[in-house]
Amino acid sequence: MNVLEVEGLTKHFPIRSGLLQRETGRIRAVQDVSFHIRRGETLALVGESGCGKTTVSRCILRALSPTSGAIRFSQADGTVTDLATLSRRALRPLRRHIQMIFQDPYASLNPRMLVGDIIAEPLLVNGVPAARREARVRELLDLVGLPATARTRFPHAFSGGQRQRVGIARALALDPRLVVADEPVSALDVSVQAQIINLLLDLQDRLGLSMLFVAHDLGVVRHVSDRVAVMYVGHIVEIAPTAELYTRPRHPYTEALLAAVPKPDPAQRDAIAAPSGEVADPANPPPGCAFHPRCPFAVPRCATEVPALRETTHGSWSACHRTNELTLQGVV
Amino acid sequence: MSSTVSSTMSAALADDRMAQATQLQLTWWRFCRHKLALVSLGVVALFYLIAIFADFLAIADPHATDARRSYVPPQGIHLFDDGAFSPHVSGLKGMRDMKTFKLSYVPDPSRKLPITFFAHGYSYDLFGLIPTDRHILGIAGGQPVDGIFLLGTDQLGRDLFSRLMVATRISLVIGLAGVSLSLLLGVMLGGISGLYGGIVDTLIQRVIEVVRSIPTIPLWMGLAAALPNTWSVTQVYFAITIIISLVGWTELARVVRGRFLALREEDFVIAAELAGASQLRIILRHMLPSFASHVIAATSLALPAMIVSETSLSFLGLGLRPPAISWGILLQDAQNVQVLAGAPWLLCAAIPVILVILAFNFLGDGLRDAADPYG
Repeated sequence: MNVLEVEGLTKHFPIRSGLLQRETGRIRAVQDVSFHIRRGETLALVGESGCGKTTVSRCILRALSPTSGAIRFSQADGTVTDLATLSRRALRPLRRHIQMIFQDPYASLNPRMLVGDIIAEPLLVNGVPAARREARVRELLDLVGLPATARTRFPHAFSGGQRQRVGIARALALDPRLVVADEPVSALDVSVQAQIINLLLDLQDRLGLSMLFVAHDLGVVRHVSDRVAVMYVGHIVEIAPTAELYTRPRHPYTEALLAAVPKPDPAQRDAIAAPSGEVADPANPPPGCAFHPRCPFAVPRCATEVPALRETTHGSWSACHRTNELTLQGVV
Repeated sequence: MSSTVSSTMSAALADDRMAQATQLQLTWWRFCRHKLALVSLGVVALFYLIAIFADFLAIADPHATDARRSYVPPQGIHLFDDGAFSPHVSGLKGMRDMKTFKLSYVPDPSRKLPITFFAHGYSYDLFGLIPTDRHILGIAGGQPVDGIFLLGTDQLGRDLFSRLMVATRISLVIGLAGVSLSLLLGVMLGGISGLYGGIVDTLIQRVIEVVRSIPTIPLWMGLAAALPNTWSVTQVYFAITIIISLVGWTELARVVRGRFLALREEDFVIAAELAGASQLRIILRHMLPSFASHVIAATSLALPAMIVSETSLSFLGLGLRPPAISWGILLQDAQNVQVLAGAPWLLCAAIPVILVILAFNFLGDGLRDAADPYG
């Protein structure tokens, strides 16, 4: 069963200039993006900065309103709601089912509130009685591996990793059906990253979390996700089960991203050169496939025709004209 | 061994103290490190104490004139009389200057007037409530012309020290009232501007730019000139307060708007929104506490500007008018070089102005630095 189905999601930001603030252009941040997340599954959304992955997550959380497309969210009782078109007021009762883990553990916790109050806030505003809140906060602190004494302390007393645990506890407070994690480890030290990744893995096992995991680092994603969607300039270029995507990428951009993951074995390094050139400007994307100016395998057709996202093998989708001709190199 | 244990324990305790410290405590600790600001806080507190107890500290009726004792120079208090502690001042004696034939009153050391504490004097209402006639100092006996003139007298024979005390109250209260009014306008308009954005924001920002682009002195002159002559001292007083705060609010509105804009994008505000918190709760629980300290700091920096505005307006004769007493009005007497040459003590009124302005500026600096203990 799918917790979330995103279909044709598009988000354009108008560029306004001049005295009258007339619209002079549009940044096509997200262009016709479709995917789904099954119950208990973690889908990773990967891409370079500026590719639109954060915009997708913000649209799902409705921190932004999509330009077009549908975001179908199914509740526990089976009712399916399209979040894309709901008003702020109609959205409020649904908010509690989709929670977010933030990237920056320093900015995401109110420095003027006790950790206990921060974790209890979602409970408080959703009308959970005080006695129950207290017990739930203890339970959550235990779940994320923080001591119960943390409740009476302020965020400034904690390290980045510990703060991120507080953020995770807050996100889990209401037992959400879907957790959106926006680069939850990229602001942390490498050693701490591993701890948080392990915590997320542990929570997946224990709570059966459904999660959208946004990241720019394919190295991190491999451990947490069941499937990976790769984005480039507002489009999903490949979406496949994790193991398959890593061993047998179907899109040249995925291959390039995989080549950029640091490898411990020097013999394996630099087998594939990083793509040359700059990321395309989403306000003025190139015609045809957005990746063609940087693609080593580009043919004339790539510059004229936008490739559609097609199923290559079962469960693997790729948006490349030459996907069946190419044998791309993954990582072992 | 035991000392290591106790030092690690005390370190742990200090750590605990930090971890559980509220924002107010952190701010206070940080503020205390700024010694100059701490001293300034004391100075400002002292001045407001003077403002509260102005009538008690005044020795003579600040409005009582006596032509005979015009321009009496400052008089010291003699603490000892023939080796015994007996504070007294000298009486005044009329002397004719044989060059100018001008009659002037000078101290006569042969007449000793003993000082009494908590003496009876003119009647007033303490805190505006309790009728009393007690004053900190007074003299027993003596002629009507005699008095304690710590800072001398002005042309009309009014005691400058007593007038300074009462002026302190008026000048400080007008600053406080002006800032409160600007704060109200600034927080409301700035808040609306930052919260709603769009056309409302543009409109308010343009209004602020227009208000700020008008040179203040001509604006005040125009507005002050528009006040009817028939208005009482109190009415003029309130009108001046409003005029001063009409310009003052713009700065605060900008601070508040900026904070709102910055906080709206903060992750913890978005987190509260995603948790389903209401707009009111987000503003009261998350946004207001985060910028209250900045607003307090901005206010303490705006206060001296208000006080200077009132002083300069009154000095130019556009603000309060006699018989009201403020620092500006006291300084008005010191406008004339000829008067100053003969009675330089009239410039005394400038000292509290400078002191208060400096103290408020240092205090504001300290508060601003301490305002964000996490920064």
